[in-house]
Amino acid sequence: MHPAFSVIFFTVASGAGYGLFILMVLARLFNAEGMNGGTMLSAGILALVLISAGLLSSTFHLANPKNAWRAFFRFRTSWLSREGVFAVLFYPFALLYLLLLWVLDNQDSTLMNTIGVLALLIALATVFSTGMIYGCLKTIRQWHTALTPANYLLIGLATGGVLLVMLIMMNGGRGSSVAWLAGALLLIAAITKAVYYFWISKVIGPTINTATGFTRAQVRLLDTGHTAGTFLTDEFGYQTDPKQLESLKYMVFIFGFFLPACFMAAVFAGAGGWGSALLAALCMLGGIGVERWLFFAEARHVVNLYHGARHT
Amino acid sequence: MKLGLVIDLDVCVGCHACAVSCKQWNTSGTTGPLTDYHPYGEDPGGVWFNRIRHYEVGDYPNNKTINFPMSCMHCEQADCVDVCPTGASYKRAEDGVVLIDQDKCMGCNYCSWACPYGARELDRESGTMKKCTLCIDRIYDEELDPVDRQPSCVITCPAHARHFGDFDDPDSSVSRLVRERAGYQLMPELGYNPTNQYLPPRLTRPVPVEDVKRKSLIHSVRDWVNKAVVR
Repeated sequence: MHPAFSVIFFTVASGAGYGLFILMVLARLFNAEGMNGGTMLSAGILALVLISAGLLSSTFHLANPKNAWRAFFRFRTSWLSREGVFAVLFYPFALLYLLLLWVLDNQDSTLMNTIGVLALLIALATVFSTGMIYGCLKTIRQWHTALTPANYLLIGLATGGVLLVMLIMMNGGRGSSVAWLAGALLLIAAITKAVYYFWISKVIGPTINTATGFTRAQVRLLDTGHTAGTFLTDEFGYQTDPKQLESLKYMVFIFGFFLPACFMAAVFAGAGGWGSALLAALCMLGGIGVERWLFFAEARHVVNLYHGARHT
Repeated sequence: MKLGLVIDLDVCVGCHACAVSCKQWNTSGTTGPLTDYHPYGEDPGGVWFNRIRHYEVGDYPNNKTINFPMSCMHCEQADCVDVCPTGASYKRAEDGVVLIDQDKCMGCNYCSWACPYGARELDRESGTMKKCTLCIDRIYDEELDPVDRQPSCVITCPAHARHFGDFDDPDSSVSRLVRERAGYQLMPELGYNPTNQYLPPRLTRPVPVEDVKRKSLIHSVRDWVNKAVVR
């Protein structure tokens, strides 16, 4: 698949934003250290900025954005529609939560916590829907697995955790319990990503033989029937050097998971300042950006079989 | 009703006439125009509802060229319709034809991702997705002679490789063709249950080679000279 920058930015930024909000509400609920008014407010604002920037960016890949408002009406069948509905539904709850926090001057109340938990559940549903947009497609075997939504959820939460630790330290706290949680999430996310890469390396599904129906002989493409590129070759024909893909996977694990996890361990042990926390967060966002690029670049749509690919 | 096409791979000659006539009819049809990008430039492209590919099946000397026309299969399980967030894509209950409402489409490309057969193409000019309509503006037109109430590609095909009809009727020509010639669906393992079916090439009588004599020496020399001499 052609890796579109707008969609990569959207999934990374909004995933991190929802993850940050979810962990912020959780940390507050369980009275984790360092969750003072400043941390809460800055985390809430950063989460909303990331989510909004992501959602805005996602509209840039639409060819006819004037009809984007119609995308909320097929909630019953379309994961894309569900994602849109949940994403919009999240705003009033999230804003009300932050408003109550500000009005009540950082005092806890049952109403605020209830609204917070509701926002948390909607945020989880949104990220899950984002994953299912890709996970439900039978045409792309690299996406059609339960690991896809699992990866989206875990990576969103892990990124949010690293951002929350950064904000706690910027507001003068230590946040070792949040760092512990973020480290654990990073570990689980890295393991599921590794399982995912192992899973997609095994070729399964349709071949050029089942695509053409000639299953008892070799089938070779002689001619695609067009001299220039088409929508199909532009959108689905993206191919890149397998060696490059392999080296990018190392980058994902080093920058996306290993280095941030090392930093989380340092915070847990009581070392590190907010500057290095910022570095860890940027490092993680970069690594996850590469991860998302790979997610698209490695996906092989079955229509490629009609253009000569032997398998996907 | 379950309207669709049967494509006879035994007789398709790969002339692309179906694609051209489709383009001609539909560019002024309900989902037209079928925009062309720099048609006279170096890299001419554009929207087509029909694509014809050419394959070689089997290994020499038991090989065969297969010309393979593909358009929308009007699937029973049309995932392109299910994934559409706006409701622009829909499958008609009365005849199973899958269509796109051009006034509702937001051009997110998601339906084309869900289609395994490459039937959907984005028109970059209008920003909307376009696809085969099974000539919906033609098959129900009572102003036309009954024989002309068929998709443009079917009427045009000079080899009679394309047949149009109702698969729900067991006595329709398409149902009979599928029954008698072992018609099949493409990529059945994905579960889309496409309506359009393909007829495999007939078994052909092998060309006898026992009576072919070895070439004489003088013939071999003459053939070699003919190849070697540049005229």
